[in-house]
Formats: sequence, C-alpha cells, structure tokens
Amino acid sequence: MELTYIIVLAYFAVIAYLGWKGYQGTKSDLDYMVAGRNVHPYVMAMSYGATFISTSAIVGFGGAAGVFGMGLLWLTFLNVFVGILLAFVVFGGRTRQMGHHLEAHTFPELMGLRFKSRFIQGFSGLVIFFFMPLYTAAVLIGAATFISAKFGINYELALFGFSAIVAIYVIMGGLKGVMYTDAFQGSIMLIGMVFLLIFTYSKLGGVVNAHEQLAGMSGIAIKIFGKAGHQGWTSMPSFGSPFWWVLVSTIIMGVGIGVLAMPQLAVRYMTVRSKRELNRAVLVGGIFVLAMTGVAFVVGSLSNVYFGKNVDNLDFAIVTTTTVGEDGIEVSNAAPPILAELAPKPDPAKGITVEITKKGSISLLAAGKNVGKIIPSYVLHATPKWFGLLFLLTLLAAAMSTISSQFHTMGTSIGRDFYEKGLLGGKRVKSSIGVTRIGILVAIIFSVFLGYWLQRTYGGQGMSIIARGTAIFFGLCASTFLPMYFGGLFTRKITRAGAISGMLVGFMTSFFWLGFILKIKGKMPALLAEACFGKASLLDHAKSGFILWDQVDPLFIAFPLAIIVTIVVSKLTRPLPEEYVNNCFKGIK
Amino acid sequence: MLGIESTSIGLAYILSILSAIGCVIYGICFWNKGAEEINIDDKKWVKEEKELEKEL
Repeated sequence: MELTYIIVLAYFAVIAYLGWKGYQGTKSDLDYMVAGRNVHPYVMAMSYGATFISTSAIVGFGGAAGVFGMGLLWLTFLNVFVGILLAFVVFGGRTRQMGHHLEAHTFPELMGLRFKSRFIQGFSGLVIFFFMPLYTAAVLIGAATFISAKFGINYELALFGFSAIVAIYVIMGGLKGVMYTDAFQGSIMLIGMVFLLIFTYSKLGGVVNAHEQLAGMSGIAIKIFGKAGHQGWTSMPSFGSPFWWVLVSTIIMGVGIGVLAMPQLAVRYMTVRSKRELNRAVLVGGIFVLAMTGVAFVVGSLSNVYFGKNVDNLDFAIVTTTTVGEDGIEVSNAAPPILAELAPKPDPAKGITVEITKKGSISLLAAGKNVGKIIPSYVLHATPKWFGLLFLLTLLAAAMSTISSQFHTMGTSIGRDFYEKGLLGGKRVKSSIGVTRIGILVAIIFSVFLGYWLQRTYGGQGMSIIARGTAIFFGLCASTFLPMYFGGLFTRKITRAGAISGMLVGFMTSFFWLGFILKIKGKMPALLAEACFGKASLLDHAKSGFILWDQVDPLFIAFPLAIIVTIVVSKLTRPLPEEYVNNCFKGIK
Repeated sequence: MLGIESTSIGLAYILSILSAIGCVIYGICFWNKGAEEINIDDKKWVKEEKELEKEL
C-alpha cells in the first residue's frame, strides 16, 4: 500500500511540475500561438481527448456496458466519427476563425456575438452554470467509486477527499490551459486502457472466443433483464423496449450528438493556431477516443464472462430425479445446473428434488447492483495488483483533466457570460472576477453535493447514474445550443429571433420532458411529476406504436423541435444587417 | 461476426475501428493542409485570453 501512496504522490508531483512550467508561460496553448510555433499534434489531440474523455466514460459508460452490453459500441462509433472527425474537421475550423475574429472567449460569448444578443450569452451562461454540475458530479462519482473500492474506504470519504484534491489542483492553477499537463494525463489514460483491453482478451481466450462466451450467456441476461427487453450482451435490446429506448435515445444519441455542442470542448478549437493543427489532431484523436470508449465498453461487457466464471452469487438449481429400478435399487440422476427460476418444483412423489446452489454471476450482481462499481470491481478482482495502481492513475488523470475544464467553463459562464455580458451589458468591471471565482466555488460545492446525493438516492438500484447523468447534460446541450451553433457557423440565414426561439424551445422542452415525462428507471417517477401531480409521469405507460413515451429521452423531442423552430422563426423574422453578418463570416471560406 | 451474436453490434465494432482508421488516413492526407498566417485578430484574441487567464 505504501508503494501506492508513493506512486500517487509522484504523479501529483509531475502534474504540479508541468503546471508550474505552464505558469512560467512557456508551455501554454496561447504562448505557442503568439510565438507562431506549431503545437505538436499529439499534444493538441491528447489535450482535447483528455478533456473529452473522463471517468464518466470509463467507469460510468463502461459499467453501463456491463448491463446493456456491446450495443454501446454504437456510441464509440459516434464518439470517433462525430466527436472527432466531424467536430474537428467541420466545426473546429469555423469555430476557431469566427471566435478569433469576433473576440469570443467562451462558447456563450461566441453565440451571443454571432447573433448580436446579450440575452443569448447570458441565458446560455446560466444553463451551463446550473446544469453542468450534473456532468461534473458524474465524473466525481466515477472517480470516487474506484477510489473507495481500491483503498477500502467508504464512498463519501473517497468523494470528499478526491473533490478536495481536485479543488486544490484547479485553484492552484489547473484552470489554465496547460496542454502538456493534459497531454501527460492523456498518455497515462492511453497506456492504461490499451493494457486493459489486451489483458481482458488474453485472459478470456482471445477476441472471438471471449465474444462467443459472452454470447453464450444470453440465456442468463434474458432471464434477469428480459422483461425490459434485454436479448444478451452481444445483441441490441429488442426494438422499442424500455432498455432499447434508454440505450439508443439517451446513452448513444444523447452523448453521440451532444458532444458537438459541448461548451468546454468548443473553446478548445480556438486555442490552436490554424486548421492545419486541427487536421493533424484528427489522427491521434481518433485512435485515442477508440482506445478509451471502445475499450471501456468491450471490457465492461466482457466482465460478465469473467464474473460468470469467478464469482458465485447467482441462484442455480440442481434438479435430481430419483427412480427405482426393477431390481428395487434407487437411481438418482442430477441434471446440469439451471437458473433457479427455470427449475421445476420439487415433487417427492415423482422423486424430483431441487437443490439451490450459488453458481456463476453477472457483472451487475458481482458489483452489488451498483453499475458504477462494475469496472472498478473487474479491475480490482481480475487484473494484477500493479495494474490497479496504473488504473487509479488513469482515472485520476481522466477526472482531473475533464473537471478542470468544467470548472473553468462554469466559472466563466456565470462571471463573464451571465454577470458581465448578460446583466451589465459588457462593462468590464472588477466584480466580475469575484463573481467568476465565487461561481467556481459554488460549482464545486454543488457538484460534490450532487455526487453525494445521486449516489445515495440511486446508487444501489442497478441504475447507471453516471452514464445517464452525463447523457442528460449532453442531450440538453444538443437541444439548447446545437441548432443555433450549427446555424451560426454554416448559414447566414438564421436570424437573432430564430436563434433565441430555438434555444428557448430546446431548453424548455428538455426541462419539461425531464421533469414531467421521462421516468428515471422502471417505476421510478420523473423528477417533478410526482411532486406536482402525484403521477410517475404525465405520459405514464403511454404508447404509440413502438414509442414508449415515458422512456423517450428529451433529446428525441426537444432537438428536432428546436431545429424546426429555429428555421421557421428565421424565415418569418428580420435578418441581422448584412454588413454585420458578413463581418462574422470574414475569412471563412 | 467476430463471435458477436448480432450483426448490428458486429457492424458497430467494425465501424468504430474503421472510423479510427479513417481519422488516421485523414490526418495523414491533410497533414500539411490548412496552414494559416497569424493575423491581427488572432493576436488580439490571444492577448485578451491571457488577461482572462491571469484574472482567474
């Protein structure tokens, strides 16, 4: 254990050293840009990747794969194709050029300036400030769950301890965009995850063999989750079932599309020198994200095979049939173990006896019905001890690189976007720095509280709170920001009124759907429906064809609606002066 | 496909790898394309960004 502490301390020492070098003003993104030198594309891509991928993706979504199975690989595909290729190639260059030309330093500011609207900037800032803590909490829960399992301490202690360390890190200067710190953290993540994949496949007998063993467990999956639509860990849930809606509408689409409108990622494009650096970063970024999410989802799913072989906590029945032969001798035949629920009832008259025994397991049960504990349990049980330590560093790196950018974004959202630009009309006042700092402090406290409350309320109920919390925030950002972000970058036809209407409709529809329609899990009511109307959902059990309305993610309703409203209102309202719009697009081909 | 029961998931597995390979090919093909000179807007932007960071 002493070695663990020494290596963790060494890790923090390296982070502190890199942070100090950044503070000296020699290694930050901006210094490179001013000096006109090129940032190494590996560093830029790792920096972006480490900000994008967090403990939420590895522990939260990896754990969700332990329940939903390899269907999550569709999210990996979207992460690479949309989150890297489309984001860098299509959105990155224009965001950078427009951001620099309009002198925008935050995502809300870019939108506010593009549409000449203080309201857009202020409102976007508020949405980010109040809802991003859900995502930050998801990242904290992911890290704290592993720390608690690794050190054998309770979850609350791990959460508060880790949060305190992160808070000190960001206050000591972790908010600065120090690429080398992020790149170092990204490298640790890459090494850790690649090892995890190789280890898992080799332990389970190779790629195809491991997949076949998982496919062979589909009977158990159907028996346990079949009512909700599960068809095995190497099959998609049955079309239109509750599991299908959660997997496809919330987890895959929410995160897969939402990544395009992530405020803390969009500002990253502005910190590179030219489109060439973005092009180069695509190379490393694609491999990095595949290695992060692809590995987490494959390993999360395959952990079922490992626990099936190495943990015994599923009720199996051994059915023995006793018959008396013609010679009067009793002959007993014991059938191979079957799931207890499938066993016939004991019938002494017919000589049938049933003995219940514990045999095999699935990841969710082995992790005490806590989805967030699936990956930590697998790593700590299955892999060598030294890897548990490397994985701890992987998660610390994943959490800290993401959280620092989240706190930065939340602080500037409330201080610069809402207070300075939204309320004071853009006057540079000293108090906005104070508001930003207080904002960061409030964001830290609120995120930690959410990390505590969410785990306490939903933690042990088999619900993937980390994945769903993250997906809800990503979906909310997609519905609220993406129509105007896309419209603002790629067309001159979106008007200010169109952008505002789309943003408000996207946000309010998402909020309403989350509060009153979407049931959290199974019978668990929507967040506000029960308190306000005494119902689990305003559309409880409503079904139209294959659509289970109380399971449909807000994204599926709010995003299309926001697009339609943005376009229709833009058609009906006065455009911004041509000169102003042309200026926004200056230099953009 | 690859021992995976459903074709849809096998496809996701393959597409994830192919899209990462696509990123590598894109990165190589466009390695030297898109270079831009630092202009006055970029310099102004960096100056203000540094001030903001200092304030924080």
